[in-house]
Amino acid sequence: MKKYIIGRILFVIPIMLVLSFFTFSLSYLSPSDPVTLKYERMGAVPDKEQVEKLKEEMGLNDPLLVQYGSWLGRVLHGDLGESYYYGTTVWQQITKRVPNTLILTAATLLLTILLAVPLGVLCAVCQNRWVDYLLRFISFFGVSMPSFWVGMLLMYAFGVKLKLLPIMGSGDLKHLILPAVTLAFWMTSIYVRRVRGSMLEEMNQDYLTGGLALGYTKAHIIWTQVLPNSLLSVITMFGMSIGSLLGGATIVETIFEWQGVGKMAVEAISIKDFPIIQGYVLWMAIIYVTINLLVDLSYQILDPRIRLGGKNA
Amino acid sequence: MKIYVKKALRSPGFLIWGILAVILILIPVFAPYIAPHDPIATDYASSMVSGNATYPFGTDQIGRCILSRLIWGGRTSLLIIFWVIAIIAILGILLGVLSGYLGGWVDMLITRLTDIVMAIPSTVFVIALVSVLGPGLHHTVLAMSLVGWTEYCRVTRALVLSVKENQYVQEARMGGLKEHQVILRVILPNIVPYLLVNLTQDIGAQLLTLSGLSLLGLSSQPPTPEWGFMLSEGRKFIQSAPWLIIYPGMVIVLHVVVFNLLGDSLRDILDPRYQKRSARRKELEKWQQEKV
Repeated sequence: MKKYIIGRILFVIPIMLVLSFFTFSLSYLSPSDPVTLKYERMGAVPDKEQVEKLKEEMGLNDPLLVQYGSWLGRVLHGDLGESYYYGTTVWQQITKRVPNTLILTAATLLLTILLAVPLGVLCAVCQNRWVDYLLRFISFFGVSMPSFWVGMLLMYAFGVKLKLLPIMGSGDLKHLILPAVTLAFWMTSIYVRRVRGSMLEEMNQDYLTGGLALGYTKAHIIWTQVLPNSLLSVITMFGMSIGSLLGGATIVETIFEWQGVGKMAVEAISIKDFPIIQGYVLWMAIIYVTINLLVDLSYQILDPRIRLGGKNA
Repeated sequence: MKIYVKKALRSPGFLIWGILAVILILIPVFAPYIAPHDPIATDYASSMVSGNATYPFGTDQIGRCILSRLIWGGRTSLLIIFWVIAIIAILGILLGVLSGYLGGWVDMLITRLTDIVMAIPSTVFVIALVSVLGPGLHHTVLAMSLVGWTEYCRVTRALVLSVKENQYVQEARMGGLKEHQVILRVILPNIVPYLLVNLTQDIGAQLLTLSGLSLLGLSSQPPTPEWGFMLSEGRKFIQSAPWLIIYPGMVIVLHVVVFNLLGDSLRDILDPRYQKRSARRKELEKWQQEKV
């Protein structure tokens, strides 16, 4: 157990090294160098000698690994460089945008929990009755529809036709509803089935029969025993979904003009603002790797059955 | 093999979804004969009209026929998916077989590599790569392939490990078959059916990824028709021309649904172990397999 935990934490190091190298090489791979880009942005024709001089000064002619080393050193000190477009540091831009993304993610998770758990339980309790079939049918379509398309349809229905909610924009609660519902619909579709499956798995255990024989009602056993047990596995799966949720949030943020990090990155792509893209990739990678780590560790702590399994549970 | 064909012909689900899938693939193949109009021809006189007799699904802001663009768009979308899946399946299966069959340091190296790639959020990776290389179909295929192979590698490795220790594999080796012959003639035929199910179900998932990328403007470039890109253009006119987003979305959903259901029915046919399991067990495995 201890060995596993230490090994798992140490595994973060090679992953972060590969990820940071990948992030660094983004600017290295790009067809034009930062100096030329800067000149182009100012509308000036770059003078070859000037460019070479600046490149030498910025260390752009050093060997790849040397450049990577100095870049990594700066990043570890919190210096992600300066945005070409905003004129501020990347760090400032990211800290400005991250709260919006976190609000959207939190609202989505909250909605998903509030919807998926009761609906999943309902499905499991009414297994193979019409409620079950109906909800499974809806959730099947929920996972087959691109989330951004669902978003557009909601936008059309509630924004254009009914004029109840603003179509796009960022900030207050009214603007939050549509993007959060869009993402939550997709997540709920996945999780209704998972809660249902996990409930059914638990309901098949012997303790249900045992409890019934002891005279407890079925409802009592389901609420006090089956539900807590089945939610255990669902909660840990939730952690793993956060990565895809953040990825999905990038697209949903873009169509709803929600001013989160995803929107920022997509805008940066069209104007070739590489420092911003690097900042975005690093931020996503850190979040994703951290959450995966916590999920793996929580597995060990929450579910004693896995501890016996050893490696890579 | 014969048994599978017989079973397939007797399974109504497989027949229905199989025929639908073939039709969906044939439509873009015969696009020039089916599409009523040229997909990039503009007709400014009738731009932004909703469905009528000449343009069943309406036209876009510069008067291009939506139906024709959807039919031709299948060429771009399905071709990208085809290449991506071909690349990741071959790469993933190759690495998976090597890893599972050889074991030792090869196995450790490949497993670690898989772990690292899987630790990167794939959407972010693809967005980052395409943003640097510049948008374009080749870059989309490259980026999607670089992250997509891990699932095949993992599944193949697990399958090879489960098959490897079987008596008939040992016998084949003792019978004088060389290592590569054992892999090609004994192991692969035993695991291909399972991989085929994965492959079919992956079509829908990859299509969703691709349409997301196109929506962000990261795959095909105008005027080439492509479903996700049509959605991206259409959303600018959501107030006045909702048909610009409704039809392309429906086409994407249709493809995802058909290929997912085809995958489900394939599994019922190809996986005899799966068939013997109870309905409850099947349910359970289905949701355990989902990646998200």
